Amino acid sequence: MKKGNAHGHHPQPLPDVALRVKALEALLLSKGLIATDAVEKVAEVYEKEIGPLNGAKVVARAWVDPAYKERLLKDATAAIAELGFSGMQGEHMVVVENTEKVHNMIVCTLCSCYPWPVLGLPPVWYKSPAYRARAVIEPRTVLREFGLELEDSVEVRVWDSSAELRYMVLPRRPPGSQGMTEQQLARLVTRDSMIGVGEAKAPRKAR
Amino acid sequence: MNGIHDLGGMHGFGKVQAERNEPVFHYPWERKVFGIMVSTMAQGIYNVDEFRFGIEQMDAAHYLESSYYEHWLETVQKNLVEKGVIKRAELEAALRKAKGRGRAGAPKRRDPAMAQRLLEIIHKGDHYMRAPVPPRFKVGDAVRARNVNPPTHTRLPRYVRGKQGVIECVRGTFVTPDDNAIGKGEHPQPVYSVRFNGTELWGAQAQSNETLYIDMWEQYLEPA
Repeated sequence: MKKGNAHGHHPQPLPDVALRVKALEALLLSKGLIATDAVEKVAEVYEKEIGPLNGAKVVARAWVDPAYKERLLKDATAAIAELGFSGMQGEHMVVVENTEKVHNMIVCTLCSCYPWPVLGLPPVWYKSPAYRARAVIEPRTVLREFGLELEDSVEVRVWDSSAELRYMVLPRRPPGSQGMTEQQLARLVTRDSMIGVGEAKAPRKAR
Repeated sequence: MNGIHDLGGMHGFGKVQAERNEPVFHYPWERKVFGIMVSTMAQGIYNVDEFRFGIEQMDAAHYLESSYYEHWLETVQKNLVEKGVIKRAELEAALRKAKGRGRAGAPKRRDPAMAQRLLEIIHKGDHYMRAPVPPRFKVGDAVRARNVNPPTHTRLPRYVRGKQGVIECVRGTFVTPDDNAIGKGEHPQPVYSVRFNGTELWGAQAQSNETLYIDMWEQYLEPA
């Protein structure tokens, strides 16, 4: 991992940040405002339980079940809850669909809004000044850096999550994935494809 | 406020650098900050808009130099102090003590009921939608983002101010962040998805065939 480079990619913390956190932790523990196990549990949930595998299941279901897809595009919060995913930073979900003619990508220029229940916590690049600054003014260049070259005829729709709505992209089902099961399809769905800076993986011929 | 956090459309930050196989947290202290934030916000000590406003008030240079969870640490501390839950002096004393303890962490305190409650909140969410207020605009209306420059919290980024767009849809009625961030109450109002053409936002520098969608509270808009 590169640290502290000039472009604000996860800059090196001040030397005393870990200490300042320890101090705050001790103070809040002594006041009974936090508990060691509660703090640990909350972090662990986002490491082990809530992450992009949830979103991948939603996408795979939408690929195999047209009625589910229709519900997902109409009322994403309810459709996502059908699969058991809901909660903080996903209270009001919107799913936008990529097609041959439209490519969607998600950003939060003001902070780091991101659909936690389906994608987990955002990666550092999503929260970085570079992505937040550039996604709105030069989305095609950003996409190209992620390896996605779009024809000029494809409309790029950038969604700036400035309110309490949270967005997820429904990527296109990759060619050659006919006949795959929902579970197999879910493995083709990447986090980046659900942010809209990538596409779903192409299926490998022989596994 | 016209702060450093309002980054949309700025130049000079270089390439977007994605890390391969990135962990959810990079350091143990980041996990702690995350857990402390969820714990204290879930208790209603401060709201999400106060949390965001706290970050926006950071020194601009420090904001850019520090990592994401340092921003969280700053605003959590600031909010806890402002709400009178802790005092600056207590924090400084705790810091001196922590230095003395060296590698040993804070004394542990277990509260399984609190852990359970937090997990429930994580799965239930924290809702900022309120009873419907009739919307002033309808789908297809031409609107202009107001040219306003409040020195306090707003979710109206600079790059859309003064620009003309179209109402794409009504999202519902939500708590107004500008008021909620500074203790002025919730004042729920309609939020719209507004569509802007790339050329309207960026002129000759716009990239081909770009449309930008942004959610805007009614008070950010006027008829065009």
